[in-house]
Amino acid sequence: MGLELYLDLLSQPCRAVYIFAKKNGIPFELRTVELLKGQHFSADFAQLNPLKKVPVLKDGDFTLTESVAILLYLTRKYKTPDHWYPQDLQARARVDEYLAWQHTALRRNCLQTLWHKLMLPVFMGEPVAPEMLAATLAELDGSLQLLEDKFLQNKAFFAGPHISLADLVAITELMHAVGAGCQVFEGRPKLAAWRQRVEAAVGAVLFQEAHEVILKVKDSPPADPTIKQKLRPSILALIQ
Amino acid sequence: MGLELYLDLLSQPCRAVYIFAKKNAIPFELRTVELLKGQQHSDAFVQVNPLRKVPALKDGDFTLAESVAILLYLSRKYKTPDHWYPQDLQARARVDEYLAWQHTALRSSCSQAMWQKLLGPVLLGVQVPPETLASTLAELDRNLQLLEDKFLKDQAFLTGPHISVADLVAITELMHPVSTGCQVFKSRPKLAVWRQRVEAAVGEDLFQEAHAALMKAKDLPPLDLAMREKLKAAVQVLLQ
Repeated sequence: MGLELYLDLLSQPCRAVYIFAKKNGIPFELRTVELLKGQHFSADFAQLNPLKKVPVLKDGDFTLTESVAILLYLTRKYKTPDHWYPQDLQARARVDEYLAWQHTALRRNCLQTLWHKLMLPVFMGEPVAPEMLAATLAELDGSLQLLEDKFLQNKAFFAGPHISLADLVAITELMHAVGAGCQVFEGRPKLAAWRQRVEAAVGAVLFQEAHEVILKVKDSPPADPTIKQKLRPSILALIQ
Repeated sequence: MGLELYLDLLSQPCRAVYIFAKKNAIPFELRTVELLKGQQHSDAFVQVNPLRKVPALKDGDFTLAESVAILLYLSRKYKTPDHWYPQDLQARARVDEYLAWQHTALRSSCSQAMWQKLLGPVLLGVQVPPETLASTLAELDRNLQLLEDKFLKDQAFLTGPHISVADLVAITELMHPVSTGCQVFKSRPKLAVWRQRVEAAVGEDLFQEAHAALMKAKDLPPLDLAMREKLKAAVQVLLQ
């Protein structure tokens, strides 16, 4: 059995891993784990990842969680082009800096945006207090400003003139907010231009393919009560 | 001007960077940024790190935020011994996996425990409701269990037979609740033994030195009103 990637393209980190693997022609078996059907709670999946999260990589006997770790593993094992994770000390540090910062910043903001704006009301049938949504969107806005001012500045991409893992991880997060109906690129021409560049570098077809699920998530039917009950605790923990 | 490290040893990630630099005899100027005096908001410091957080690194014109990025930069620039961030593909992936996981898991539990159990009461005169503290300590406990079951397992160190940056990042986190009187190692002999190994590998003197400020945190005087209000707003999230 070759490389297996356990993914749900609903999930931002899964999209980053998917795009990276596909873009670099890395051969893998896609194992879809449908989060909204609670498939991550299955006994089989728990065997694979007791944390019950995606993405997961399985390479023979070697299992790996955490999208950042998976992306770095893939760059090394498959010797992907330098720009994804540059050898240059300072450029690489810029990528590491973004990949570390985003866990508790943009990622959190985009996850909360999706759930507070869309999924809690529409999928779970639980309306969210306007103040809570407002606070979430304000925080998202703060992170977007940091993206422009600290990470992007006047460069083409986060780490310099070429696309890197940092841009991939960032764009897939922002598409979460877009899927929720937030026009994150409106009124932010710098970010919008960066987005075009990232999409071009990835390839429009692959980019669309990876984002099909998230862009259709607003049309999800409401969850049935069994699923709701199953998913509720983990959703609340996720969006805290 | 050589390497400068902007640190406050009250902060867990600062301790990891400090220990790593000292242990590897990396020459640096220590620039103390006293968080409890709001020094991270000074104009001078904002130039170094617009995110207004510690640790931060300045190497000539190059500035860098995020402890994980700083640790990796130092390991590469100063060519530290392999075990800190092993070349081996799978061993390195395990370190990356820990460094990614901890941001939203152990780190957040330890910060919350610190603020709710000690710093909130001592510095801010804030008493957190018992249910909140109980829930935080339960979450900490779950993360400690994951630390043992998913990372440490039957290994000497978190990611294999030798100490790595993962162990440094973990131990400095755990000392946070330890300083509040949480007996994190008492009921967990496996973790207690790992702690001894890490302390021995780092060197007891250096370990004590790095944790001196933290261990005296309970004797800190309450903050003045202005600082109190400022800090309360900033740590609101950690007190919930």
